[in-house]
Amino acid sequence: MIKDILQKPESFYKEFYRKSGSNKLTTHYCPGCGHGVIHKLIAEAMDDFGISNKSVVISPVGCSVFAYNYIDIDWQEAAHGRAPALATGISRTNPDKIVFTYQGDGDLASIGTAEIMHACNRGENFAVIFINNGIYGMTGGQMAPTTLLGQVTATTPYGRDAERNGYPLKITELIAQLPGTSYVTRQSVHTPAAIRRCKKAITKAFEAAMDKKGTSFVEVVSTCNMNWKMTPVQANQWMEENMFPFYPPGDIKDGSKADPASFKQN
Amino acid sequence: MAKLFLKGNEAVIRGAILAGCKSYYGYPITPASEIAEAAAKFFPLVGGTFLQAESEVGAINMSYGAASAGQRVMTASSGPGISLKQEGISYAAGSELPIVIVDIMRGGPGLGNIAPEQSDYNQIVKGGGHGNYKLIVLAPNCGQEMCDFTMLAFELADKYRTPVVVLADGFIGQMMEPVELPDPVNKIPTKNWQVDGTKETKNNLISSIYLDENDLEEHNIKLQVKYRKIQETEARFEEIQTDDAEIILMGYGIVSRVLQTVVEEAREEGIKAGLLRPITLFPFPKDIINKLCDRAKVFFVCEMSNGQMVDDVRLALNGKCPVKFYGRMGGIVPGTQEILNKVRILATSLPARGNYTEKLSETFIKI
Repeated sequence: MIKDILQKPESFYKEFYRKSGSNKLTTHYCPGCGHGVIHKLIAEAMDDFGISNKSVVISPVGCSVFAYNYIDIDWQEAAHGRAPALATGISRTNPDKIVFTYQGDGDLASIGTAEIMHACNRGENFAVIFINNGIYGMTGGQMAPTTLLGQVTATTPYGRDAERNGYPLKITELIAQLPGTSYVTRQSVHTPAAIRRCKKAITKAFEAAMDKKGTSFVEVVSTCNMNWKMTPVQANQWMEENMFPFYPPGDIKDGSKADPASFKQN
Repeated sequence: MAKLFLKGNEAVIRGAILAGCKSYYGYPITPASEIAEAAAKFFPLVGGTFLQAESEVGAINMSYGAASAGQRVMTASSGPGISLKQEGISYAAGSELPIVIVDIMRGGPGLGNIAPEQSDYNQIVKGGGHGNYKLIVLAPNCGQEMCDFTMLAFELADKYRTPVVVLADGFIGQMMEPVELPDPVNKIPTKNWQVDGTKETKNNLISSIYLDENDLEEHNIKLQVKYRKIQETEARFEEIQTDDAEIILMGYGIVSRVLQTVVEEAREEGIKAGLLRPITLFPFPKDIINKLCDRAKVFFVCEMSNGQMVDDVRLALNGKCPVKFYGRMGGIVPGTQEILNKVRILATSLPARGNYTEKLSETFIKI
């Protein structure tokens, strides 16, 4: 129904009362940014399950530090990269709650690598939404661990060079190897069809969290047209042509965490 | 009640459980590891959580998460691990989260050694992390106080919504002493600020970010008002034979135990010595120092460091009375005789207040 499509999800604030400044109706994200769409998908998934009153979310350091301005659920704000550690403490304290982290590529795949790897390896019962746009957005477009080779950023002015900067990190593939994860997928939100698929993935990840199936992990390959120095349309095209070959969308692992009884140690 | 013979480190966990602490997140480090080991043993027995974190950084942030959910939570470490936790401690102070942190001090800097030192004073009392914050710091000097002060730490943490540190040297952590277990805390205060994933708590937000300058200044002022209130109401100390003392010895932790013997032996020789032991390092017991300096002719501060607490004594006195310092480092505990010798020197050269400092110019630090 058209009415449903045009309405904000219930779990989305009608007015962003926590947001600073006088404009309480639009987000702080740049035009063309994927965060807004992903936030909305999360809110829709919360509505579908009716879990907005029994969830705790951890926002990261990065552009989405203010995600708590938009979605009407319980929030905590973490230090850079530490969201999975907070989520561990929260879900261990309140095992009946739905817990998830929302993290960017610098946060999750660089400064917070230890926290995410070990949380996933312990099979903590929470979901992770990981936004990969290959750049540090909030600090002004520096190289991220996921920046592609040759990609120009503020700290790789001549393009990312493997000899100098190492290789782009496929952290989602690494995480899929860990016995504590159940569902690991890579999605995008650049077309209506992709948005629908992403919604399905987020729904599935929340379901896994509710069913205590271990850690579920949704990477969303996204754009940062401002720091990529492109128009939103160009950015989407660049993402399809350059990001997707290296970070191909699709499920990487769809099952359950390792059964402790039959876990092979050799 | 019967007494148990416990290591200071284990007494910490006994106290934590009696205080209603429900979770422990930690990482192994000598000389604090027995705290984690006792937690691993006892927390599951009382329906609590023990988790060995992947790192010290992980441990403090897991504690942050559990504290945000309203639970009594603790972590413990030693100097090198505390350095790593400083980021999380700053965030917890900024977000006003009650977390109890136990620091069993060892030798530094760097990897140093695992022998007892008191060289974490500055990083704990002065704040090792970024920002305008302070921590309540309790300094036990025996196994009983390791238990009691851990319980007190939870009470103060909840009362003031702030991280509290139990700061002990490796000696106090490792020493076995009789400990009488206090009665358990039955009523833990409810928290109207917690975020526990319910409709009622949705308006709560655990965060330390205030992007607007005015908002952040206001938040900082609120914190300072809280610290002032703590300074005014929570200073704790112990006095031994200070009534007529001309030489006030000051030390905390294991040093205060040595100083107690020094005072007794000095008194036998007719030297009017007394001991002032700060129990809270923040709030520092400034008022009693100022009271004692009316009669005292010299303050003699002894630490197992290069002289960190002595700065706070000097600040409290503000030049009103001379201050002498003697410190040992590297894990060496100063003996009764070596301190007593210094006290004898002080006693024989005790002059009228005026020209005191000129007469006694030798440095008391052992270098």
